[in-house]
Amino acid sequence: MRKLPNVAQAGDTSKVKGLPGQSQKHESAHKHVSGEACYVDDQIAPANALHAYVGLSTVARGRVTLLDLAKVQTSEGVEAVLSLQDVPGHTDIGPVFPGDPLMVNQGQEVTFYGQVLFAVAARTHELARKAVKQAVVEYEVLPADVTIEQGLENNSFVRPSHTQQRGDTSSALKSAAHVLNGEMQIGGQEQMYLEGQASLCIPTEDGGMLVHTSTQNPTEGQKLVAEVLNIPMNKVSVDIRRMGGGFGGKETNANQWACIAALLAQKTQRAVKIRLARADDMLATGKRHHFLSRYDVGFSAEGRLEALNMELSGGCGISPDLSDAIVDRAMFHSDNAYFLPTAKIVGHRVKTNTVSNTAFRGFGGPQGMVAIENIIDNISRVVGKDPLDVRKLNFYTDEDNRNTTHYGQKIEQHIVPALVERLERTSNYRARRDAITKFNKTSPILKKGLALTPIKFGISFTVQHLNQAGALIHVYTDGSIQLNHGGTEMGQGLFTKVAQVVASEFQVDIDTIQCMPTRTDKVPNTSPTAASSGTDLNGMAARDAAQKIKTRMTEFAIKHFSLKEGEVRFANNQVFAGERSFSFAEFSQLAYTNRVSLSATGYYATPKIHYDRDKAQGRPFFYFANGAAVSEVLIDTLTGENKVLQVDICQDVGQSINPAIDIGQIEGAFIQGMGWMTTEELVWGEDGRLQTINPAAYKIPAIGDTPPTFNVELLPDSPNVEATIFHSKAVGEPPLMLGISVWSALRDAVASLADYKLSPSLDTPATPERILAACNDVRNRS
Amino acid sequence: MIKFLLNQTEHSVSDIDPNITLLDYLREHLHKKGSKEGCASGDCGACTVVLGESDGQTMRYKSINSCITLLASLHGKQLITVEDLKNDEQLHPVQQAMVDCHGSQCGFCTPGFVMSMFAYRKNTQTPTREGINEALGGNLCRCTGYRPIVEAAVQMFEPDAKDQFTETESVTSKKLNQIKLSDSEVALSALGRTFYSPATVTELSSLLINHPHARLIAGGTDLSLEFTQFLRNIDVLIYTGRAEGLDTVIETESQIDIGSAATYSKAKSLLVQYFPDLEELIERLGSRQIRNQGTIGGNVGNASPIGDMPPVLIALGAQLVLRKGDTTRTINVADYFLKYKVTSQQSSEFIERILIPKPKAQENFRVYKISKRMEDDISATCGAFNIEIENGLVKRVAIAYGGMAEIPKRAKHCEKALLNKDWSEHNIQVAMAELAKDFSPISDFRSSAEYRLLVSQNFLQRLFLELNSSHDTLRVSQYA
Ligand SMILES: Cc1cc2nc3c(=O)[nH]c(=O)nc-3n(C[C@H](O)[C@H](O)[C@H](O)COP(=O)(O)OP(=O)(O)OC[C@H]3O[C@@H](n4cnc5c(N)ncnc54)[C@H](O)[C@@H]3O)c2cc1C
Ligand code: FES
Ligand code: FES
Repeated sequence: MRKLPNVAQAGDTSKVKGLPGQSQKHESAHKHVSGEACYVDDQIAPANALHAYVGLSTVARGRVTLLDLAKVQTSEGVEAVLSLQDVPGHTDIGPVFPGDPLMVNQGQEVTFYGQVLFAVAARTHELARKAVKQAVVEYEVLPADVTIEQGLENNSFVRPSHTQQRGDTSSALKSAAHVLNGEMQIGGQEQMYLEGQASLCIPTEDGGMLVHTSTQNPTEGQKLVAEVLNIPMNKVSVDIRRMGGGFGGKETNANQWACIAALLAQKTQRAVKIRLARADDMLATGKRHHFLSRYDVGFSAEGRLEALNMELSGGCGISPDLSDAIVDRAMFHSDNAYFLPTAKIVGHRVKTNTVSNTAFRGFGGPQGMVAIENIIDNISRVVGKDPLDVRKLNFYTDEDNRNTTHYGQKIEQHIVPALVERLERTSNYRARRDAITKFNKTSPILKKGLALTPIKFGISFTVQHLNQAGALIHVYTDGSIQLNHGGTEMGQGLFTKVAQVVASEFQVDIDTIQCMPTRTDKVPNTSPTAASSGTDLNGMAARDAAQKIKTRMTEFAIKHFSLKEGEVRFANNQVFAGERSFSFAEFSQLAYTNRVSLSATGYYATPKIHYDRDKAQGRPFFYFANGAAVSEVLIDTLTGENKVLQVDICQDVGQSINPAIDIGQIEGAFIQGMGWMTTEELVWGEDGRLQTINPAAYKIPAIGDTPPTFNVELLPDSPNVEATIFHSKAVGEPPLMLGISVWSALRDAVASLADYKLSPSLDTPATPERILAACNDVRNRS
Repeated sequence: MIKFLLNQTEHSVSDIDPNITLLDYLREHLHKKGSKEGCASGDCGACTVVLGESDGQTMRYKSINSCITLLASLHGKQLITVEDLKNDEQLHPVQQAMVDCHGSQCGFCTPGFVMSMFAYRKNTQTPTREGINEALGGNLCRCTGYRPIVEAAVQMFEPDAKDQFTETESVTSKKLNQIKLSDSEVALSALGRTFYSPATVTELSSLLINHPHARLIAGGTDLSLEFTQFLRNIDVLIYTGRAEGLDTVIETESQIDIGSAATYSKAKSLLVQYFPDLEELIERLGSRQIRNQGTIGGNVGNASPIGDMPPVLIALGAQLVLRKGDTTRTINVADYFLKYKVTSQQSSEFIERILIPKPKAQENFRVYKISKRMEDDISATCGAFNIEIENGLVKRVAIAYGGMAEIPKRAKHCEKALLNKDWSEHNIQVAMAELAKDFSPISDFRSSAEYRLLVSQNFLQRLFLELNSSHDTLRVSQYA
């Protein structure tokens, strides 16, 4: 007989390490700090591997009249050249709707600057990049729409517009005490994951492909690679251990590079690696949608919202990609935490000749939220109140049935009002408000601003079928556990949290659980790791798998030792069976030798959600995540330079599975949201070329931008009322929108120039240039 | 041949592309994958490694961007990468602090942070928030929001934490001295390209005579973008960083005399002693890694319209000592710049030294830089002001701007509106209006032309207020 491993005996009753609620370290922390954590490009490719690179278009729109690749072919080190006619299978890789050609061929039309024309595989990355430059490409240049306004003017949309409506806004507008209208430009945002797009494809026998790719969506990568190669999905395996950041930018945008590398690998029958240089990554991959918001709002003398007509036009770029759901989510969040008695929210998906915009943390939600926060601030100046008071006046409440969203979902738990009260107190908001008013009276150039903004963010994919997950757990005969699930690790701590869930089910130390790379051949048909749903979905699926194994073990023990129900317990790394106790390892061995299966799949589908898009009514969200932030800023009214002085945050994460990871998510998301609102500016030229294509030109927050005082609190004693995993709440996206408080505080500082009587218009990002313009505008108007 | 210490092991390279960056060498040739590429342009810090240099007995450590450092420039140095920090399977205190404080999320930026933190710890007695910002301003993290990293950067100073580099310091220093004494020619040649690393200024000067088309490379923080961003090659490179005496920073009776190969980090303390306002500018010029490598000579030689030191040097009336062969000539910095990226430097000529007159008692120097982000960002506009006011009258004034024209240059109309006039609000307003005659800036992704002009005008107002008022500060950057 094969010898079973030696295992520790029962008796070690030390506390179980890494259970939910503990601030367990990130499962890879020690590997991150030592450089041992392996990312796709760090993998040593098989001998003979090739390096791929892509040739990109240099006009925003035009017919390719010549694509001469002869010199590319003969360039040093080149082993293969790929253009569209070489693709054996599908040539469109649109994830939901078609519209994303893998490459554009001679005779076809290029539709944005930076579109892939062809690819090469060469001996080295450098030679591949140099070869690409040898292409001779000519275009017949065609007129291009670059801005949202141009697209709107030409009625150019990637998907039909959609409306959510409640009541009659026009009569409500007529009867309102005050009416305001306006327009605001909301900037996009580059994901700027530190690790760029990368894939390594290795041909396998039977014409298959093993794909290592930095992706949030392995299953979609698998499907598209299979489709372009024209082979069934069962011949493609996608594997991803970790990403160096994703933020939505690797939800659909990882696919193209995997497909191209796979095609070249199929063609050459050699391993092919591709990684995009930063500038090309920024040029050729989608970003957060920029939006144009136009509105008419009617409100009472006290500042209560009565009617809102809002048009949200998202700049989608050239294709649908995920824009339908993204603009929907902007619309779903155009109320933020405020009751809209009558509302008509229209969402346009504007087509422009720019790279197709895609998912980015918040997925349209932030844009909807900032649009309404802009309005609330404006109302405050009209009614002469502190914006916080106007916010409070408009929160959802059960009083007078002001508790249902404009799309018909009832707010079942009113967390925001109490949370805001608490933060107002803990941040000392009122006293600071007074101090700031005083400071502004005597400071000639520097002015301070303060703002508290809340968030209510809906949790669930609004595409219903994505709300499912799978897991696969193996227990080995030494008691060690392998954990697989469909979620991907991009830094958010998902693997750690799911491992904590499994540790809790078996009551074993987390070190005995090995987190495995996410692989489509382990767990199939998975949803992207997105929509903040990673832990909610995969934690539940993993728990299901663990419980199955545990149930089998328990049933076995009952039978084996003739026990009664309830006499088998898992605790302290041990299994107690009546009077007997075993180490978890001993018991696993015993179960194995008695022919008990120690491997199980798990599955979860989110309950309760439904949405009728035709009626724009339903309960699209399982629950809401809530939070609020107070930001205090300082601006220079001569230059527009600014600084965030203090931030206080309170976020509701339900019952936290891992407080340290949750706080890390909140801090990171806040800073990212702050960057989106302030320094991160995407600038396109009139020719449709993105000009900010590297971190020298595109400025994400640096360490000095982190406020000197930065307090984050998890709302205590607030378990999720829904049956989520350990009654926790999603945390990945929601706190990004807390960054809106910085922008609101900047406007508050500018408003001080007119004694808070005028509301400065301040498009985002609020760069020094825009802030100075706002200062001058307010000065001129007052 | 190029020789350096790979941590503790002597490592020599020859017969490899002299244009190869250190990062590519580490990742592709040595298969050390700990250092990451996030941008290949010096902007993200994911590739940060540490160089150890010996000054006889003790070691000095500095963080650098391996993505824009040429391998060939490493001769005689110790290279420490993230792989070297663990000791006996124990995490280094810096690494342990990052783990303890939850300082990594995706982990991709982490090796770079760890190396910048390691260098900070080696160079610092007690951590401060400002010091941490300055040391880590060139490391971007997209995940954490930095707060836990700041915490780790404080925790890593725990006094009993052991560090193997301190223990081996004298041995390392000895090894480096041995490399320095070995007499083989220091150069790297392959593929028809050569990197020369002359040991003396005379040698450098004659190399330039023999290779008139050669490019000088100092810190390489600008030049390396040719390789990593434009995929161009340069056949003959002559390195200034090893030439004895070319990196000295000397104080004489009347001037500050800076060797063209002196880095910002090296020149900073003396400059700041005489021109306190340069502290902020230098700390906002690139990042610590850039300042550790980048030179003032390179900033001038680069002749970029948006370099930050040229307007400063022009306003201060600085001069350049240009050398060709054995002959030198001295010119005003302002006369160096002719047109966009065209200078009055002749073929085979180079900047040997930069001479800055010491300030007179009545002189007021200020420099203001505008960028989207405070740290590590290129100026939209940068204005430098050197003004002498006596009894309410402007006796002397020099004002120069970068970012406002195709070359860094003086604002003559503006100066004229002030010179020999009352130092008054009214005249400042006039000078602001006159500035519009001096410059017609361009619009680009950093800012619009209108903003460039407007804010450049407002600098004068700030200057007026700063010199007159008793307010604590009028700048957000200095507000505490
Ligand atoms: C991330 C990043 C941030 C930056 N931020 C700033 C900033 O904020 N402000 C700013 O001004 N610059 C900035 N720079 C640009 C650059 O770092 C500086 O211009 C630096 O001073 C260049 O010095 P260097 O020694 O690295 O020059 P190199 O790159 O070595 O050389 C630059 C040019 O100068 C020439 N040269 C070098 N030495 C001499 C000499 N002795 N005589 C004649 N010519 C010579 C070279 O041939 C080359 O053409 C930044 C660069 C990077 C990568
Ligand atoms: S890779 Fe970004 S600084 Fe070197
Ligand atoms: S941990 Fe992801 S970039 Fe810093």
